[in-house]
Amino acid sequence: MANTETTTSETQPTAAAVPFTAMAALAPAIGWLIPGAGHFIQKRWIRGLLLLASVAGLFLFGLAMQGKVYKSNTGDLLDILGFIGDLGAGAFYFAARIFDLGGTAITSANADYGTKYIVVAGLLNIMAAVDAYHIAIGKKQ
Amino acid sequence: MILALQLSHFSAAAIFAFFFSIVFGITQRNNPQEMMRYGAYCFAMAMGGLFVAGWLMWFMHH
Repeated sequence: MANTETTTSETQPTAAAVPFTAMAALAPAIGWLIPGAGHFIQKRWIRGLLLLASVAGLFLFGLAMQGKVYKSNTGDLLDILGFIGDLGAGAFYFAARIFDLGGTAITSANADYGTKYIVVAGLLNIMAAVDAYHIAIGKKQ
Repeated sequence: MILALQLSHFSAAAIFAFFFSIVFGITQRNNPQEMMRYGAYCFAMAMGGLFVAGWLMWFMHH
């Protein structure tokens, strides 16, 4: 009887190594700094615009609600995580710090919602930057 | 005097759901049709969850 078995290495294609291009480094970096820009430089205009509008919208609503903008700190764990989340918004975070926007303390329920808006805007921007990276390496169209 | 935007809990949650649904739709799916569908699904689930949680809290309170 003939041996019809084949080894798995012959039948299953191995994952191809992803070439690391300049775009793969630039897209997430610029996408973090300016929300949506990682998509703009790869000519995904509508996606970039929607991402920019969403991150900016959440961040600006948060500021308008007197949400707290966290500063670099080594205190409470939640404050540290809040700072990391805020930092994800890139240029919006730096602008808020430079112009001293937002509240300094959470004094009302609305300010608490606003604080969460600002943190989530940063986290969503990180997701957008990762998406720009996936487009740059060809994992996504 | 600082004028802070005042939103109800419902409108704050609805605005939040609207924006995060757009980002989730774009980043979690591969083509425009699937992106729109997934974004709408996320928004619907968030709003549905809001109503369910609201009624649950109402029943717990009464």
